[in-house]
Amino acid sequence: MKPVTTVSGTAYPWGAKNVDTDVIIPAHWLKTITRTGLGKGAFETVRAQPGNIFDDPAYAGAPILIAGDNFGCGSSREHAAWALADMGIAAVIAPSFSDIFSGNAFKNGIVTVVVAEDVIERLIEVAKSEPITIDLETMTVTTPYQDRFPFELDAFRRQCLMEGLDEIGLTLARDTQISKFEEAVREHRPWSLKESGYAGIAVEGVGRT
Amino acid sequence: MASRPQTLYEKIWAAHVVERRDDGTCLIYIDRHLVHEVTSPQAFDGLRLAGRPVRRPDLTLAVPDHNLPTTQRVDAQGHEIPIADPESAAQLDALRRNTAEFGIDYIDANAVQQGIVHVIGPELGFTLPGTTLVCGDSHTSAHGALGALAFGIGTSEVEHVLATQTLLLSPSKTLEVRVDGELGYGVSAKDLILAIVGRLGAAGGTGYVIEFTGSAIRSLSVEGRLTIANMSIEAGARAGLIAPDETTFAYLKGRPMAPTGAAWDEAVAYWRTLPSDAGAVYDKTIVIDAGTIAPGLTWGTSPEDFVAITGVVPDPESFADPAKRIAARKSLDYMGLTPGTPMTEVSVQHVFIGSCTNSRIEDLRAAASIAEGRHVAAGVRALVVPGSGQVKRQAEAEGLDRIFKTAGFEWREPGCSMCLAMNPDKVPPGERCASTSNRNFVGRQGPGARTHLVSPAMAAAAAVTGHLSDVRELMGEIA
Repeated sequence: MKPVTTVSGTAYPWGAKNVDTDVIIPAHWLKTITRTGLGKGAFETVRAQPGNIFDDPAYAGAPILIAGDNFGCGSSREHAAWALADMGIAAVIAPSFSDIFSGNAFKNGIVTVVVAEDVIERLIEVAKSEPITIDLETMTVTTPYQDRFPFELDAFRRQCLMEGLDEIGLTLARDTQISKFEEAVREHRPWSLKESGYAGIAVEGVGRT
Repeated sequence: MASRPQTLYEKIWAAHVVERRDDGTCLIYIDRHLVHEVTSPQAFDGLRLAGRPVRRPDLTLAVPDHNLPTTQRVDAQGHEIPIADPESAAQLDALRRNTAEFGIDYIDANAVQQGIVHVIGPELGFTLPGTTLVCGDSHTSAHGALGALAFGIGTSEVEHVLATQTLLLSPSKTLEVRVDGELGYGVSAKDLILAIVGRLGAAGGTGYVIEFTGSAIRSLSVEGRLTIANMSIEAGARAGLIAPDETTFAYLKGRPMAPTGAAWDEAVAYWRTLPSDAGAVYDKTIVIDAGTIAPGLTWGTSPEDFVAITGVVPDPESFADPAKRIAARKSLDYMGLTPGTPMTEVSVQHVFIGSCTNSRIEDLRAAASIAEGRHVAAGVRALVVPGSGQVKRQAEAEGLDRIFKTAGFEWREPGCSMCLAMNPDKVPPGERCASTSNRNFVGRQGPGARTHLVSPAMAAAAAVTGHLSDVRELMGEIA
């Protein structure tokens, strides 16, 4: 993951609530076997409406999206985060996010910034004509009008984002602890393992009866 | 060791902590990992690029479900019919190749054990109480019906689990949804969970793991419980749990991947310690009287838009929250509905009986009992998609397929089908579908498609009348 310390630039002053992942990226785009190229499908149904915010040249290529409550609800498709990243979005500001989407965004270096509803309203107002800055060092969102809004982020996520850390590599460094846990499972609840009667079924190409 | 009373969630969580960090996040061990074709290709690519193996192929099971056509997949000579859509074919092929390369058990599209991930897991005994289970699909919450802590994850987390068999997670708060009393005549588990999601709202469960308790939940069969837990995610919850009991053990005993012999006895003894202790404290509790729930459906574009079948299309102006008023106006416009219209006057052009929410044998029996002796109405196209090859086989042994076909329903091969527009089963723009699936979002079943979520019996009722209907009027005499 590339390190992220600030995200600065124009912001889509959208504010839509309950934006589900089917809106962010419709199902027919999920057939891809890569992570790239989904920007074309991002917000497809919104873009079908004339005068929509994503086709407004004033915000073309904006790295920030300002949204309403419960952003990213619905399906767990990480394709939603890939689509946002592919269209150049590096941060989403909202009063709340779905848990699953929040995790997916983080995994892809997208900063999810949680601020109160009234802050959202102020930021939308500013973003109509001015850029916004999100700073992970100072943990603030600032505007050219001296607005300064603090936000919180899980310490581990903040570190991974700022240092561009590979989470799987970090976990594999705990291999000894994981192995110890696995030994304890073998000892204390072997019923959950294959050796204890769990048949296992590799049934490739069996054909229908 | 904790001395205070613990909830089911706390017990499972505590038993799976590999490491606890200073900030409270924990490295949690994952006992079971279900994999399907849509959310895994990039995960396997990631492993390959980094030169990492799958840590525990023995705890992993893969099956194709989302992309598969539900029309005949094998010709008269027993040869596979090629998938027409090249992207679907590529994804299905990627799953086959990846599981072979990484040594993971793979259920072929044409094996009788194939089906929707959340149908085959419990059916095969892959899902067990007291375990942690994940899958790259949000309806993984379904497995919570068996007392497994089960939740959906994204593709990067799929890769993390494949590589390390763990996830770094923050503990959730606990929400008890207690359903007392008894469900009324003609009211099913699906109506109950739709009502619960309606009551909680689409984000009412965000940050929580829900535990469903109460006499009405205890009375449900495992399949009914699967329907309930399946839709926990629609209220924003991380997972949904139902404590295992004798009903659960009876369901699991003898299933191919469940423990046997002495291991079975040890497992059951352990599972009996899992239910929440008396006096255990939840962060929040809501209580619902089952007797007040009517057969119902969704009217709008969120699963929280619940209305009883005896009700009318709501008036957006009647909502207290201004944001909800705006959303409701947009929903009604998309859905082509006028406030005040009785729900029973809304005609449908499509009916879909299937999905991980409602495609098991009891669901098919409920739908068949309404379809029997009746016929799909003119102008309606109705699909029945069993959740797995085993469900299909059992349904055929019971003659349900003949009932459906005689009544003019299409009888299909197992898969996710019309739930989401990823395979050939789609609802055309502007057309209305009574669907036993779990999401009615804008465009979910196809661009411009209008979805009303219902129970299997209610779906069958809509199919034979041609409009949303009160299933109780089509049912036999009360016994």
